[in-house]
Amino acid sequence: MSEEVDPAAVRHVAGLARVDLTDEEVAAFAEQFAEVLEYFDTLEEVPETEAEPDLVNVLRADEVRESLDQSTALQNAPDTEDGYFKGPPVG
Amino acid sequence: MSHDAFITDTDIPGADTGPLADATIAVKDNLSTAGVTTTCGSAMLADYVPPYNATVVDRVLEAGATIVGKTNMDEFGMGGTTETSAFGPTTNPVDDTRVPGGSSGGSAAAVAAGDADLALGTDTGGSVRNPAAFCGVVGIKPTYGLVSRYGLIAYANSLEQVGPIADTVADAATLLDVIAGPDERDATTHHEDGQGEHPAETEAYAAAAGDPVDDLTVGVITDLLEGADDDVVETFRDALDTLVDAGVDTVEVSLDSLDHALAAYYVIAMSEASSNLARYDGVRYGVSGGSDGNWNKAFARAREAGFGDEVKRRILLGTYALSAGYHEAYYAKAQDARAWVKRDFDAALAEADLLAAPTMPIVAPKLGERVADPLQLYLMDANTVPVNLANLPAISVPAGHADGLPVGLQLIGPAFGESTLIRAGSVLD
Repeated sequence: MSEEVDPAAVRHVAGLARVDLTDEEVAAFAEQFAEVLEYFDTLEEVPETEAEPDLVNVLRADEVRESLDQSTALQNAPDTEDGYFKGPPVG
Repeated sequence: MSHDAFITDTDIPGADTGPLADATIAVKDNLSTAGVTTTCGSAMLADYVPPYNATVVDRVLEAGATIVGKTNMDEFGMGGTTETSAFGPTTNPVDDTRVPGGSSGGSAAAVAAGDADLALGTDTGGSVRNPAAFCGVVGIKPTYGLVSRYGLIAYANSLEQVGPIADTVADAATLLDVIAGPDERDATTHHEDGQGEHPAETEAYAAAAGDPVDDLTVGVITDLLEGADDDVVETFRDALDTLVDAGVDTVEVSLDSLDHALAAYYVIAMSEASSNLARYDGVRYGVSGGSDGNWNKAFARAREAGFGDEVKRRILLGTYALSAGYHEAYYAKAQDARAWVKRDFDAALAEADLLAAPTMPIVAPKLGERVADPLQLYLMDANTVPVNLANLPAISVPAGHADGLPVGLQLIGPAFGESTLIRAGSVLD
């Protein structure tokens, strides 16, 4: 299933994750990923196992509470305008 | 400070009175501190200043501790040697040519070097126990849900817990008493049935240290001895003899699922990381990718600039494991393995009160020895990751030395069985 991890496959996944890579990184990762994925392939031998989680929904009342004020929430933003975060164009 | 244990030195005073009033504490740099830079060991967050405290930080300050620094760590907790930090490695106070372990390497080194009485680390796959073992100090990974994760910058939510590091089991237990308990800001700190008391409200961890252990049976996990170095196993068995001398019975146990635990752990941790770290877009905080081109390009540039190699590797491998065509083979199989590991631990803990294994299969490697080869770095975690998959508590206590370097004995308990771990571990104090 993962017999082949070529540079194109690394670039494809990096594209999905929105992470730029240098050519050197792509080459190194292709080699390393092949080895790691071969190790992950040992999971093939794992039998189907039913999880028995003790799960319960934990909900709180939907009430307005005190939270960060606008200037505090913006204090780490690289760029802001008129009290908003300023991001790159979505187009 | 010595050994480059700290990324940021601080002097944050706690309350005048409280159980930690005379104590200094070092805090891992992935735990949010209001007004104090919190980097996660990453260039991405080099200038990030949280506007609020993590719940555990509030708790240690209310208990009177003085925070003396934010400690170095593998970037976002991804590594076992503290060498993937964007701020350079921390060295091991026992031997400066060796790593302190990781990812909470700065926290363990600070305690081992005497720069702080106590430390907070976080443990996603061994990141408290590993550096505790390599530096010759005590580290506790609490049961999932015992300690609040609010304000812990996320790596793999379903696996991680905040845990104490100290020179003795008794001191680590005192810190656990302070940080354990329910928090309405972390829904997983509620008890398993969602109602009734949180276990920390009825347990007194520090009081358990020094109590008799002659009623306990410890199961030695033979599977985890096979991959360990001979001198590590020998030191582990000597420490086990000390427990036997104190009245503990031992049996041998074997868990078939453990062969698959490491692969399952890495698939799950990387998958969760690939989702969690998608928040770093350079818009709300972190390194900006600028405004040229559309948002896809800007976000990709921010991550290229802000993340180191190991973080990129895990984001990409996690994205791959979750992508169409591979989800069933990797992520779904890893969840099967996780359920199997849990089931095996339940069965073993029906035979014995606690389980034991060497914390790490090796002693602390030399700087640069492991970090270059990702798979070799991951294989070091074979004995610690099964505990996180099963949501169980574990403690690493100093077992002695092999070739002059510290070896840790790991004890694993049933869910919310921290008091029993502390009772047994304190025999080695």
